[in-house]
Amino acid sequence: MTAPNVLVLRSPGANCDVESAYAFELAGAKTESIHIRRLLENPSLVDDFQILCLPGGFSYGDDVSAGRVLGNEVRLHLADACNRFKEAGKLVLGICNGFQVLMKTGLLDVDDDQGPLATLTLNDSGHFEARWVRMAVEPGECVFLQGLSDIELPVAHAEGKFVARDQAVFDQLASAGRLVLRYTAADGSSPAGYPANPNGAMGDVAGVCDSTGRVFGLMPHPERFVEHTQHPRWTRGGIDGGVGLKVFENAVGYFR
Amino acid sequence: MLWEVDIHPAASQADRAAERLIASARAAGYSENLQAATARSFLVQGEHLGEAELQRICDQLLCDRVVEQAVFAPVGDDRLVATPERLTGDATLVQVLPKPGVMDPVALSAETAIADLGVERPLVRTLNKYWLTGVDAATAQSISDRLLANDAIEQAVLGPLSVDHLDAGGAYEFKLQHVQISGLDDAALMRLSKEGQLYLQLAEMQTIQRYFADLGREPTDIELETLAQTWSEHCSHKTLAGRIAYRDENGERTFDNMLKETIFAATLALRERWGDDDWCVSIFKDNAGIVRFDDEDNIAFKVETHNHPSALEPYGGANTGLGGVIRDTLGTGLGAKPVCSTDVFCFAPPTADAADLPPGVLHPRRVMQGVVEGVRDYGNRMGIPTVNGAVYFDERYLGNPLVYCGNAGIIPRDKSFKEPLPGDLAVAIGGRTGRDGIHGATFSSAELTSESEDLSGGAVQIGNAIEEKRVLDVLLQARDRGLYTAVTDCGAGGFSSAVGEMGEEIGAEVWLEKAPLKYDGLSYTEIWISEAQERMVFSVPEEKLEEFQSLCGSEGVEAIVIGRYTPTGNLLLKYGDEVVGELPMSLLHDGRPPVVRQASYTPAPIEPLNPPDKADYTDDLLKILGSLNVASKEWVIRQYDHEVQGGSVVKPLVGVKSDGPGDAAVVRPKLASRRGMVISCGMNPRYGDLDTGRMAASAIDEAVRNCVAVGADPTRIAVLDNFCWGDCEKPETLGSLVRAAITCHDLSLELETPFVSGKDSLNNEFSYESDGQKQTIAIPPSLLISAMGQVADVESCVTMDLKQAGNALYLIGDTRDELGGSHFALVNNLTGGAAPNVNGLAARETFLAMHRAISGGLVRSCHDLSEGGLAAAAAEMAFAGELGAQIDLSSVPFAGPGDTVATRLFSETNTRFLCEVAPENEAAFTVALGGRAAKVGVVTEDPKLTIESPGGAVVSAPLDQLKAAWKSPLAW
Repeated sequence: MTAPNVLVLRSPGANCDVESAYAFELAGAKTESIHIRRLLENPSLVDDFQILCLPGGFSYGDDVSAGRVLGNEVRLHLADACNRFKEAGKLVLGICNGFQVLMKTGLLDVDDDQGPLATLTLNDSGHFEARWVRMAVEPGECVFLQGLSDIELPVAHAEGKFVARDQAVFDQLASAGRLVLRYTAADGSSPAGYPANPNGAMGDVAGVCDSTGRVFGLMPHPERFVEHTQHPRWTRGGIDGGVGLKVFENAVGYFR
Repeated sequence: MLWEVDIHPAASQADRAAERLIASARAAGYSENLQAATARSFLVQGEHLGEAELQRICDQLLCDRVVEQAVFAPVGDDRLVATPERLTGDATLVQVLPKPGVMDPVALSAETAIADLGVERPLVRTLNKYWLTGVDAATAQSISDRLLANDAIEQAVLGPLSVDHLDAGGAYEFKLQHVQISGLDDAALMRLSKEGQLYLQLAEMQTIQRYFADLGREPTDIELETLAQTWSEHCSHKTLAGRIAYRDENGERTFDNMLKETIFAATLALRERWGDDDWCVSIFKDNAGIVRFDDEDNIAFKVETHNHPSALEPYGGANTGLGGVIRDTLGTGLGAKPVCSTDVFCFAPPTADAADLPPGVLHPRRVMQGVVEGVRDYGNRMGIPTVNGAVYFDERYLGNPLVYCGNAGIIPRDKSFKEPLPGDLAVAIGGRTGRDGIHGATFSSAELTSESEDLSGGAVQIGNAIEEKRVLDVLLQARDRGLYTAVTDCGAGGFSSAVGEMGEEIGAEVWLEKAPLKYDGLSYTEIWISEAQERMVFSVPEEKLEEFQSLCGSEGVEAIVIGRYTPTGNLLLKYGDEVVGELPMSLLHDGRPPVVRQASYTPAPIEPLNPPDKADYTDDLLKILGSLNVASKEWVIRQYDHEVQGGSVVKPLVGVKSDGPGDAAVVRPKLASRRGMVISCGMNPRYGDLDTGRMAASAIDEAVRNCVAVGADPTRIAVLDNFCWGDCEKPETLGSLVRAAITCHDLSLELETPFVSGKDSLNNEFSYESDGQKQTIAIPPSLLISAMGQVADVESCVTMDLKQAGNALYLIGDTRDELGGSHFALVNNLTGGAAPNVNGLAARETFLAMHRAISGGLVRSCHDLSEGGLAAAAAEMAFAGELGAQIDLSSVPFAGPGDTVATRLFSETNTRFLCEVAPENEAAFTVALGGRAAKVGVVTEDPKLTIESPGGAVVSAPLDQLKAAWKSPLAW
């Protein structure tokens, strides 16, 4: 199969669309950035693509709560198109704000008849923070994380604290292999503790996949580590290339 | 029906907002008994809005049910006032709402989202609720005033709300207003100037009086306002670009245009000197300065100040300050793409005792928190990394904090110039016009007083970053499709300055009734001078209008034709069929009466500074590292996204744990290119108390050497000036500024470093009454130099953290006895001494040599020497790299008299670097530096800093102790 087509979803306030598209292109994909208004006018546009990427940023200013307004637009008006996309075996990646949006769309399988199973809420520090974090990867079925065991990436968010409805729900998500990315201390150990866990997330959770492993959301930014000079310690040596690129290569490789 | 929805934390969750409030209340000295509960709330109004719909709005939009719970009821219902169960005891309820007309972005988004749920035309306002126990009602009021609400933009209600509808504004009935100016004597003219918030000077009022006397009529209100806006200090820089008679110890000098004959003149001379190699593109004429970057693109850079608004409302002032300078980048040429921001602040020490504050002054800690949050929320939402900055502290910034916001962008070479054409339409896009920000331009020319908050609340605004992001998105697409001939931002003065500037060479006709409004009731004059944010004005050829409007509409941006650039040489203002104002462009732009201002400068006599002779200076070093200016600003930096756009190469914090102070930031504006942009700054108001000339020289040297320290090519560094000064009607205050400007000229020529843009903010004085006497606090002269450098390949960049034990440490540049204004003097309460000077020609050679070494890969780490001199630089490099350093003070090259251990350790002589060099590169490094490098020490495994003098160790401390001293003061 040839290079997959990636739809990078723009929206008012999305602001990582350019570098996310660039990362997919480095990984060998073709990309097109499309505004949510185009999609709302014509939902079947998504059928031309194999990968849907919801990039980072502040969709609609994160007003009310992060990702809520865009998440509602997708859930209320694009549910059919998105479900068709998912059922066709295609891939969905939500990064940072894209993850916050995904949590509210229904695509990540984090809802039951009593409502949402989990959420991403305000950091324990009460404000936005930007820093690099280390994570342990347990890829399981997650297409995007295959071949990775640990990874360093930057986070930059105010509402990234993963909270499950209760411990039972958390355990159920964990045992289903859905909590694929966890913050660790700098030496790789757990629990991470602040600031290695930058937001106070329950169980150090940094990323979640759906039950198929084809829909994946994460708070850190893999598109900001696609080459070595983006790493905070590249001038100290020992950094070969950008490990975040692997996330995009895995997605592209899935269609080869 | 008007409902209120209160969002509380769920029973399982902590009330974090309440915890933070209690902590800050205790820090501010309130009772230990204070307990609190909080809710964020929404007033929601809609016809036929019922309980079932409200429940759906809560579940699907307003309330995150995993961590929150909602209480909703019609406004006035007891359930909304009842003390939440998590709090025990009798509570006082404080409710804080934005004042009517103040931007409430969350409410706007909520309205859209509620409409998306099927509710017709909902209206929303947000508020915050605080239930306080353990304090009486008077204390609750005090907490509300000091910590919860800012009267400039918010209203606080103790107890239940009494609002019954949210619709703002009433119908406007047109009535043309004339202002009587004929026959007024000088005193009456000045009264009109002040009471009308025109803030024009007498000669200017007299000129206006004569102009209308010749026409045989009175001006309309809008004509008077237009002149006041255009002639304001903020828009025209009449003081610095005016006539000045200057006198100092070197004699007298007169200027017709001071800035043009100093700073601009140096750049012009450099461009002439460079001839075909001139790399400046557009200098001192557009919204930002533009220089060449590579074969396809140029880069633009601008730094603005937003001091007066930030003094009254720190969050909104800083928020719109950054928003404004980003629009400068967008409005440069045909529109540059913003790539990164820099933010520099000056505050009074946050440790100030609240009881000592003069009336009308916000606590500096609150100012600092608000300013940082304002920059954070705007920059992060725009997706523009904030990569550089600095924070300075001095008591004299108490009434006048300084907020410098800068932005750099990239622009294709063929889009770098604009020219509106006669016949083009004037099209306004972005935010709607409201009553916010009336008189911002003229207000910035006024001295702040303890009553400013009441007088000028309208000049304070909150931004809506997402509106500006939408504008950015469509602007860049429209630019690339060639849909307009010129663009500029609506900054100070609103439409009046934007349309006035663009139509300066042509003429313009404006149809004020067409401007889209946030609410009804604005007069034609309010529409014309409103400084509502997030608006830009384009000149669009008629045949491109449809495509332009359709592109804007496709991303939810309003684009409305408000006039036409007509070749009449006049500005014609209409409201419907009525002409409300008519002024020749020549009067607006060249009609200001020339005023000759007096300026004098007497350098302070150099008093000797005798450093104490000690056996051990470790304690001095610890105090310097822990002084507010030097201490880590990590609390600020981490709240900014410094990596969005993916171009980050050298981050603001560097080293093993990413917590060491980087000298300059490096970003790649083009992801597929290795070429880098380098951003740094230099400033030291403390030197200005001794000599503003040396202060200016030091700031330039510091900005440039910070750039060079990470690898920038010194032959491609452009700088900006931002003068923040006191009242320049005082000859000695203006003289101290002219002194600095002359130094800028001289050093720019010697370093071959061009100034490409700049901005000034004068009148930074605060006055209040104390014991019946007028007291004035003037800020210290504060010249910020911002530098934008370039590096051919970012792979050659270096950082300041030590890398490898066994490497050698080299000091570049002689040290002199220059402890005046130093941090060593500060922590020891010493006065006198000489402020550091700069030998420009020698500095240029040093910078070139440093660049040869760094670009040749001979340097493992490099740090510039600034506050705290050699000792502080060595300590920072060591703890950032988690490696020890051993330095031999006797190897430090010293020039001139005053050679002591203290001066060797702490003198702040300019043009010095400390470099780490691997043994195999030492020979090549020494050659590259051409005799400027002295080997002074070695990197060690042992995690401590030792500085030896012939008598023994004069500094000796473990890295943990040094780092803790540096990190703790602002670890909020």
